[in-house]
Amino acid sequence: MATEITTRKTDIGPPHYQKYLPPVIQKNYGKWKFHEILKPGVLLHVAESGDKLYSVRAAAPRLTSTKTIRLFAELADQFCGGYLRYTSRNNIEFLLTDEKQIAPLIERLKKEGYPVGGMGPSITNIVHTQGWVHCHSAASDASGVVKSVMDELFPHFEKMDLPGKLRIAFACCLNMCGAVHCSDIAILAVHRTLPKINKEALPKMCEIPTTVASCPTGAIRPKMTDGKQSVEIIEEQCMYCGNCFTVCPAMTLADAENDGLSIWVGGKVSNARHEPMFSKLAIPFIPNNPPRWPEVVAAVKNIVDVYAKNASKYERMGEWIERIGWPRFFKLTGIEFTKYHIDDFRHAGESYKRSTHLKHTPAEG
Amino acid sequence: MADKKKPTPKLDELEKGPWPSFVKEMKLSAETNVAAQDLLGILERSYDEKIGHWKHGGIVGVKGYGGGIIGRYNDIPQDFPEIAEFHTIRVNQPPGWFYSSDALRTLCDIWEKHGSGLTNMHGSTGDIIFLGTKTTELEPIFSKLTEAGFDLGGSGSDMRTPSACCGMARCEWACYDTLAAVYNITMTYQDELHRPAFPYKFKIKMAGCPNDCVASIARADMSIIGTWRDSIQVDKDQVTAYASGPNRDIARDIVGKCPSKCMGWDGKNLTIDDSNCVRCMHCINAMPKALAPGKDRGATILVGSKAPIIEGALLSSVLIPFIKIEPPYDDIKELIQAMWELWGENGKNRERIGEFIQRIGLGNFLEQIGLEPVPEMVSQPRTNPYVFYDIKKG
Ligand code: HEM
Ligand code: HEM
Ligand code: SF4
Ligand code: SF4
Ligand code: SF4
Ligand code: SF4
Repeated sequence: MATEITTRKTDIGPPHYQKYLPPVIQKNYGKWKFHEILKPGVLLHVAESGDKLYSVRAAAPRLTSTKTIRLFAELADQFCGGYLRYTSRNNIEFLLTDEKQIAPLIERLKKEGYPVGGMGPSITNIVHTQGWVHCHSAASDASGVVKSVMDELFPHFEKMDLPGKLRIAFACCLNMCGAVHCSDIAILAVHRTLPKINKEALPKMCEIPTTVASCPTGAIRPKMTDGKQSVEIIEEQCMYCGNCFTVCPAMTLADAENDGLSIWVGGKVSNARHEPMFSKLAIPFIPNNPPRWPEVVAAVKNIVDVYAKNASKYERMGEWIERIGWPRFFKLTGIEFTKYHIDDFRHAGESYKRSTHLKHTPAEG
Repeated sequence: MADKKKPTPKLDELEKGPWPSFVKEMKLSAETNVAAQDLLGILERSYDEKIGHWKHGGIVGVKGYGGGIIGRYNDIPQDFPEIAEFHTIRVNQPPGWFYSSDALRTLCDIWEKHGSGLTNMHGSTGDIIFLGTKTTELEPIFSKLTEAGFDLGGSGSDMRTPSACCGMARCEWACYDTLAAVYNITMTYQDELHRPAFPYKFKIKMAGCPNDCVASIARADMSIIGTWRDSIQVDKDQVTAYASGPNRDIARDIVGKCPSKCMGWDGKNLTIDDSNCVRCMHCINAMPKALAPGKDRGATILVGSKAPIIEGALLSSVLIPFIKIEPPYDDIKELIQAMWELWGENGKNRERIGEFIQRIGLGNFLEQIGLEPVPEMVSQPRTNPYVFYDIKKG
């Protein structure tokens, strides 16, 4: 169904940034005075002029049909003069000036299945990647795990009942397209088996020196196989990172039995209070169990529950853990500490404890 | 249109529950689109087999562009021919992700006619993601997009689509105009965005204040994070009003959680020693009516964050402690170009600028791009005595 090509413009860039701003924002741009959260999912911004802007935030799945986008457009026409925006975490925000429209909009959104919330000390949308829906590198499905986890944590989306903000992110391989490595809870899909070398395809598809150079641990060596240039992998040196696969399609890592998920905790990107932090390993591996990954859901729920019960007001996951110490985190959550929790890559030694600052408990009995 | 709907018992499970369902979305598109039907089919197969069915991307694109399209083919095309080719199109989002309903409908019109009707709003870098179409549709989509005022985003070893928080459009904390700046930078570097010529990807993200709602410190090679130099603005009456509210404990929750321990509260008066404040935003976040960032506003520029691939994950580190962010942004552009030149010439294939800086050393990097070292760039001076003294340079 090839179509006529009309004119061809290039390098026009995105629409101008003022083009889609609602009039109330055009008028008060840069002149907002303060804001408050009126209730979960409803934000009020007051301008120096006294003008008021209400933002109603609704959950949206990142994978969205154009038909739903049309629904959002229709709601924007009906309730707020045709203006809306998306957030950096894939939620949708309707921008209203008429306070009376808030309740009917929320009503309508709920009816259509897009509930309102995700503000303040809550759990908002999980940022995630493609998974089995669209990527060659995936060790799990992103959308399915995210949906399952959010179904379980849903009460924390609609309420603001946590000590602080709790951000969850998901990535389906170590490439980490969502850069999940600074989240309160990161769910990261992992491969655990050696890349499978496709002897036939490799010499045709891959450049040997580039493939060898792609490995961060130097695990790949050139090797003649059946009279053709190919490579071999030193098993003990492979950490299943998938770098070789990125440059050489003939070295696949996916493995139905051995792929699965790991869980990381205590990262943050905001500078509020504690400096930004990476997430640290909590659970090295949970097998894939579609369609609802109950073991992953239970593990995340457990960590959220223990955090909710023990952290103090405003404390993010990582701040709380730093205060109580990692030994206590493992004890409270009942998560097993294993050799996999101890780093052995580039900067491994930096995470070893080099002091006697330890919290001991009296011997039992 | 042949109806190719197959049963999807596993995916159907994911239509249940309170959270919006991506399966419902896929089925909505599948009602009228055979590619979306096949996508449901192949995903159900993945759920059965616990393995993906996508092959490593191939090189596809539109004329004159080196990025913006990600080639995608499945490995069982005999079973799922409608998505034998199923390429992604990255469309540069409007800054701050603001839309009119008409703009959204225009995008939908294009994508329903020429693709699967499935999207990601938005991808991890910020682009509008059109998920799945055939090679022959790429040029028609491209010309209709540009006709409608939209252009492709980045992919491959180029400047990736820059992104920004909503900033001054809807946030009183924005310490510079993130939307104006991101638009200007994006327009200035259209060539670098559309025609990959770097060692690897380069991301720029702009956040209006240290809350960093776009996660720039974790996800951008260049993070521009708003901050201020003078004193936090205090509205005394609002402090009093805050203190008298329910469940308010300023000593414990605000003063007690200040990372610089530079605040005081005697039950009536809030004091801040601004010379010791690290501009973390905590007190302002907690009391948005009473406190606000100062008036002498600008940004801190940091470089080098990235996900683990290849040498391990990095957060961005300070390059310029404070700079005014004002049009025409010449000083920022000079900095960007100096970094690109150095890294472009000396960076290894697939070496992000953060890894490059670690390899050559931040000190050498600064020297090459013509910046003076300052103590704000490190958390502490080195402890390692193996110094590469350079007595010739003095
Ligand atoms: C109540 C005051 C706050 C308001 C009104 C606010 C506003 C926002 C808005 C509008 C977004 C979406 C940004 C976008 O899509 O452009 C957002 C996201 C975010 N905010 Fe805030 N923010 C507030 C406080 C904070 C605080 C205190 C933190 C950190 C402790 C924070 C961290 C974040 C993060 C991490 C994101 C998501 C970034 C991501 O995609 O990972 N915000 N916030
Ligand atoms: C070496 C590291 C990486 C590799 C090899 C890689 C590779 C890929 C591939 C193959 C896709 C296509 C998935 C599809 O077919 O739909 C993709 C998607 C994407 N990646 Fe990456 N990626 C890497 C790291 C990152 C990082 C760190 C980010 C952002 C912080 C990122 C942002 C994106 C975005 C925005 C998409 C589009 C769809 C989405 O948002 O999931 N990538 N990446
Ligand atoms: S994280 Fe990995 S599997 Fe997931 S979309 Fe990115 S490259 Fe693909
Ligand atoms: S998966 Fe990573 S460590 Fe293993 S061979 Fe490939 S590049 Fe090397
Ligand atoms: S980063 Fe700061 S200025 Fe930007 S939206 Fe978030 S809180 Fe507002
Ligand atoms: S911004 Fe942070 S460091 Fe500065 S006074 Fe407030 S809480 Fe303390």
